[in-house]
Amino acid sequence: MNIIGLYNYWIVVVLMLIGFFIVIAHENLIKKLVGLSIFQTSVFFLYISMGKVAGATAPILDENYQLYSNPLPHVLILTAIVVGIATTAMGLALVVRIYEAYGSIEESDIQVQDNNDRLEDYLEAYGRKNDTHLFNQDKDE
Amino acid sequence: MTAHLPILQVIIPLLAAPLCLFIRIPRIVGIFAILVSATAFLISCGLLQEVITGGTLSYQLGGWAAPWGIEYRIDKLNGYLLLLVSGISTIVLVAAQTSISKELPENRHTFFYTAYLLCLTGLLGILATADAFNLFVFLEISALSSYTLIAIGTDRRALTASYQYLVMGTIGATFIIIGVGLMYMMTGTLNMYDLAERLPAVYESKTVLSAFGFFIVGVCLKLALFPLHLWLPNAYAYAPSITTAFLAATSTKVAVYVLIRYIFSIFGIEFVDMSLPLGDIFLFLGLTGIFVASVAAIYQLNIKRLFAYSSVAQIGYIILGLAIGTELGLTATLLHLFNHALMKAAIFLAIGAVVYRIGSAQLSHYAGLGKKMPWTMAAIVAGGLSLIGVPLTVGFVSKWYLVVALLDKGWWPVAVLVLISSLIAVIYVWRVVEWIYLTPPRIITDEIKEAPMSQLIPIWILVLANIYFGVDTRLTVGVSKLAAQSLFGVN
Repeated sequence: MNIIGLYNYWIVVVLMLIGFFIVIAHENLIKKLVGLSIFQTSVFFLYISMGKVAGATAPILDENYQLYSNPLPHVLILTAIVVGIATTAMGLALVVRIYEAYGSIEESDIQVQDNNDRLEDYLEAYGRKNDTHLFNQDKDE
Repeated sequence: MTAHLPILQVIIPLLAAPLCLFIRIPRIVGIFAILVSATAFLISCGLLQEVITGGTLSYQLGGWAAPWGIEYRIDKLNGYLLLLVSGISTIVLVAAQTSISKELPENRHTFFYTAYLLCLTGLLGILATADAFNLFVFLEISALSSYTLIAIGTDRRALTASYQYLVMGTIGATFIIIGVGLMYMMTGTLNMYDLAERLPAVYESKTVLSAFGFFIVGVCLKLALFPLHLWLPNAYAYAPSITTAFLAATSTKVAVYVLIRYIFSIFGIEFVDMSLPLGDIFLFLGLTGIFVASVAAIYQLNIKRLFAYSSVAQIGYIILGLAIGTELGLTATLLHLFNHALMKAAIFLAIGAVVYRIGSAQLSHYAGLGKKMPWTMAAIVAGGLSLIGVPLTVGFVSKWYLVVALLDKGWWPVAVLVLISSLIAVIYVWRVVEWIYLTPPRIITDEIKEAPMSQLIPIWILVLANIYFGVDTRLTVGVSKLAAQSLFGVN
């Protein structure tokens, strides 16, 4: 039906999918956060555009106007924007500390290092043959 | 004054959190945090008492009438959970005093308590509010502070775990506000009870259906339902022990509450029945979750990770109760919410005490600790028995109700599967017992001794609660039944 008339929803859907795709597909932790922000922003658009009433004006009382847009979704989304900023800031702070701890912000690099840590834990638990009677098969490679 | 109790519960920790930053001296901040949490606990006792005798309490924020202003509404369901969350939080904070002194550098203690109180605020707020958007705000307050609580530790893997949780948690929360927004489009209201009245008129619309879909996926991410649980094991395993004990006992439980509230109080059972085969989906995901996570737990080397996987499995039982879709099933769900919080808080606090003494959560380092730390180890075993569902523990009570509800519905194959899954729990708990009691010690030191009293007392309060509520079920079963009845009665 009215595909062009609903353009605001198209923008929302496209942005949402772009953001979601970036979060899933990218390895770089910063890029993931960018995707997450785009994803959240699409929801801001959803709320903001739903408050708009066709032909209406800003919700400031005035004798010359009868029709006003709904201000409530806009106010709600102000809160959500603040939450979004806090989330992004928190995420970036974490990335800084991850970089300090791992020397990389690529997910695969970090995973390799984590797996090495886990392998060491494993060797420590089952590595030395005489140390345990539980799993004394040849697992100490 | 008493009229303001529903809001004070949330406001006191909220205001106390920034005050911690002014006090600064870690020891005093710690005691201050205990006092704040204990106040919230006392208030919630009063509230539950009032709700049971006098019925639902409604509080209008700032005196604005309900559909326009924000309403806080305490009924039997959230009164019961408020008691649980504030109670567990207080007990955990007592143990925190000594535990974090070992696990966190001195300069982070104040921040830890600040984030902890904020997280408590968020959780209590989610429970108390009757406004769909306000719920989202509190959800994010609790989520952001739990990311901090996880990342605050010294293990670098905690950072990636926290990052992963942040990404998945934010996606979940965003899905929830999409759901809220779509409902607002159809009804023009955000108050939960107003929504419940207006939604039936638009049940047929696709918008409401997609709101529901977004909502369910978002909340299931938050409550770590299999297969959306990926953030949970690492977050629990590498966070400081106190964080793990607090989050494992409360945060997923509160997310389950949100799910129950939306299904029963907002959308209503009829809508859920006619729109989505939610019962079947939950049945399938719940059962798969129980088996996959329990088996994964067997192979863990880190004891915190082991019990984290067990948490995912327990969430499966909780969801299974919901899948049954009867009053009995809901009672079992609510019981298991409460009981699982008690078990996991006890276990993770006991693990925290071990980390305090030996500085490690590797299962292999537990070898021979049964002799060195008998009381702490006994607590872990008691918690483990409760997870399995041995009679005289709380785990037995909730599994019993779950199986009875399943048989009542005629789903005996599922009941059999639930019993089989308990046997898998026996295996992973046995592995822990084997390391603790039957393996000769690896690290030969005489310094390892029993955990300090400041940790043993909170641990044993929880263990005794595990046993007490396993024998005397009047409070837990009574309130769960009342809450389940009122949820089914409303719709």
